[in-house]
Amino acid sequence: MNLSSVLRQLATASALASLMLAASAQAQSVAVTSIVEHPALDSVKEGVHQALKEAGYTEAKGLKWQYQTAQGNTAIAAQIARKFVGDHPDVIVAIATPSAQAVVAATKSIPVVYSAVTDPVAAQLVPSWEASGTNVTGVSDALALEKQVELIRQIVPDAKKVGMVYNPGEANSVVVVKQMRELLPQSGMTLVEASAARTVDVGAAARSLVGKVDAIYTSTDNNVVSAFESLVKVADSAKIPLIASDTDSVKRGAIAALGVNYHDLGLQTGQLVVRILKGEKPGDMASETSSRVELFVNPAAAEKQGVTLSEDLIKTAAQVIQ
Amino acid sequence: MSVYSMWGALEIGLIFSLVALGVLISFRILNFPDLTVDGSFPLGGATAAILIHHGSDPFLATGAAALAAGFAGVVTGWLNVSLKIMDLLASILVMIALYSINLRVMDAPNIPLIMEPTVFTVLQPAGLEDYVARPLILLLIVLAAKWLLDWFFATQIGLAMRSTGSNPRMARAQGIHTGRMVLLGMAISNALCGLAGAFFAQSQGGADISMGIGTIVIGLAAVIIGESILPSRRLVVITLAVVLGAVLYRFFVALALNADFIGLKAQDLNLITAVLVTVALVIPLVKQRLQKKRA
Repeated sequence: MNLSSVLRQLATASALASLMLAASAQAQSVAVTSIVEHPALDSVKEGVHQALKEAGYTEAKGLKWQYQTAQGNTAIAAQIARKFVGDHPDVIVAIATPSAQAVVAATKSIPVVYSAVTDPVAAQLVPSWEASGTNVTGVSDALALEKQVELIRQIVPDAKKVGMVYNPGEANSVVVVKQMRELLPQSGMTLVEASAARTVDVGAAARSLVGKVDAIYTSTDNNVVSAFESLVKVADSAKIPLIASDTDSVKRGAIAALGVNYHDLGLQTGQLVVRILKGEKPGDMASETSSRVELFVNPAAAEKQGVTLSEDLIKTAAQVIQ
Repeated sequence: MSVYSMWGALEIGLIFSLVALGVLISFRILNFPDLTVDGSFPLGGATAAILIHHGSDPFLATGAAALAAGFAGVVTGWLNVSLKIMDLLASILVMIALYSINLRVMDAPNIPLIMEPTVFTVLQPAGLEDYVARPLILLLIVLAAKWLLDWFFATQIGLAMRSTGSNPRMARAQGIHTGRMVLLGMAISNALCGLAGAFFAQSQGGADISMGIGTIVIGLAAVIIGESILPSRRLVVITLAVVLGAVLYRFFVALALNADFIGLKAQDLNLITAVLVTVALVIPLVKQRLQKKRA
């Protein structure tokens, strides 16, 4: 027997073993992975779990639920992807870009639902926003930026220059910055960028914007969200209105945010998972964006940062932070 | 542990064994504590990914990745040899500079390679599953790299490089250009890491700016695990041990990922890996003590 035939037999044996595993697993199994533990990403995971529970898939009824984080390490993300593919779950949920790419690279057959990826097409998870025809579908956390620009206009009507602090190493943020660069001039504003490659750089980056901008806008950048307090400090002391795009940051001192609720994003992701568990093919399901954005406002923060919020805006808010 | 995750551990372990061989050259042979690796590994991945993304041949792209990373190593060496910057600091400077350079190279934090051809898709023999083919292709590449290094370190230049690391004054007295040896060694060491980065990007669906974090730690761990499971003074054995160490480390991670049955959670992963590696390192010591007791 030559080497290649031995190997082929090994490969068939392992394929058989995994087939047998799949056959023995009558109960539904869902494996979830995310690149790192982080409040927003954790809410997505919990949302998925809740959506499954609401549809009647619980651990008590035999659901096999498995969760792994890569602790921020891409090599571990790759190994988690391999482990999941070997375990042959019914659906793999991959949260954030690097984890999703590792899973999609590892399997062409097991259904994959990505979540909290801003641009799944640029990340090559799916060929387009339409139904992919492959084993992949999911929910993007992309925001309609036109509405974000409108919100900046409503809060600071005479703003000419808008500052953004972001991590140039985060794919999701770079997508937003690129679009804002083109979008702001259409409303008579320009973008001033300040990069913060680490969380400790956020404060310094914000200070570099003082005197140069009329408002600061933040995306869902992981570094910025982690170190949001240092940004608030600068905004308060220099009286620069701070507008965020995740609702949690409003509680931490931003004036307002029209944002995706990550728990809802997880619920929406979970509903896709449920549809696949019920027999739908992921290739027939188009990628989705968040169906619900919510406006949170913080009048006290507005006062500190030198603007007053109009009654209309406060009325439309889903939540007013006191 | 499923067969699939074992092949996966072997694949990623073999990729990191190239890093381990690189780290062996800098830390052990040249005695140069080099952290450039955290930047040259993603530099290799970035270079390969962007070239393939723009339609270049994957083999050419992989070669270019090794060259680029090798050049980064030369810069570290040059900062140390010519500008007299302390070795550790020189490597840290290049490592942080590479973060920005890698972003420039990719012009984005993430370049996906899920739909493009890679060296693995080109070389994959028909009738063999991709998850089996990739580790086998890598095994051949790693063995070739190991054999080339074994050969190189037995040549005149290779021996000169080893003496540069173990006794630089003596080496200079023998007429060896130790500065040049450092530059050459750093080039080879980082080229290996860049090569690993290029293979990693091609096997894992793309290059990401964060892929370099902790590379040096894993490389060093692999070298030390290798040295403790297969202690030897012969270079041929040491290079083999280092490759084994890198693969073993990845098996520990795979094992840790399967530790949920004893009530461990996702966030415990790094801790479990550390414990497993510690156990592996202590075993030879325990064995020695037992033997002493018997004697």
